[in-house]
Amino acid sequence: MTWTTWSDFWAMGGYGLYVWGSLGVCALALIVEVMLLDHRRRASFQRIRNTEAGDGGEFGS
Amino acid sequence: MKFGEVNWFRFAAAPRFYPLAGRLVPWFSVAAMLLGGMGLYLGLWRAPTDVQQGDAYRIIFVHVPAAWMSMVIYLAMAGWAGVGLVFNSRLSSMMACALAPTGALMTFLALWTGALWGKPTWGTWWVWDARLTSELLLLFLYIGFMSLHASIDDQRRADRAAGLLALVGVVNVPIIYFSVKWWNTLHQGASITFTKAPSMATPMLLAMLVMALAFWMYCIAVTLVRVRVLMLEREGHTDWARRAVGAA
Repeated sequence: MTWTTWSDFWAMGGYGLYVWGSLGVCALALIVEVMLLDHRRRASFQRIRNTEAGDGGEFGS
Repeated sequence: MKFGEVNWFRFAAAPRFYPLAGRLVPWFSVAAMLLGGMGLYLGLWRAPTDVQQGDAYRIIFVHVPAAWMSMVIYLAMAGWAGVGLVFNSRLSSMMACALAPTGALMTFLALWTGALWGKPTWGTWWVWDARLTSELLLLFLYIGFMSLHASIDDQRRADRAAGLLALVGVVNVPIIYFSVKWWNTLHQGASITFTKAPSMATPMLLAMLVMALAFWMYCIAVTLVRVRVLMLEREGHTDWARRAVGAA
């Protein structure tokens, strides 16, 4: 085990800002991407459900 | 187009691929989370502090996977775009479109984590050297691909124009990869190559490879979800899409 205490762990040998700044932004970016994608997926579901068959599509009126 | 002339072969791909991709997503998602958790545990708890760089080196566990994915995804995107151009297959072009945002994100993360790693080890956030500049160019190529596609209303024309851009930009990928060999640079050389044994301690190497696998799984899962959304957005008027969302 590398760390003896939790504060050691968070300090990352004095490089805490850089290490957690990297990992934090990565985690945030992935979470935001998944959330945006899920929102977009729901929106397209809703759009199709709200459209009558043959309505608005290229085969429709 | 008369009804009898519809190329049913071309339409057949989407209704089959959509549910298949949907079944694969949970597996890749779970694999990404398990591998990610394992990789972070190995990288942050088990791997020892580096003699030269202290704990700043731990940025490698996200930096290298993100940088690898930024290049791998570009190759995949250009590959699908090329298939779409040659065979005029819509699904291939949708795959290229589905890969682009995640590729751009991976490129951004590689640059961001690189800057945060550069500051404590090189003393600067950024230098205009070959590796960093060509990786920045990769980000612009992704953004260019997405902007060009979005700026053309006709989907098929957008696929072709953006696909061509993706194919032209592919020359940048070997430039990124070999830049640390071809030019003098602050950036360190590859720790893992195809020809030599890795120049890294085993626990560090293991953690990095597990994280790389986690990134792979994440990127595949997200791309599959996005290609399904794209299929619904573009073909929402078709019977299969209406059935897929329970509207018909």
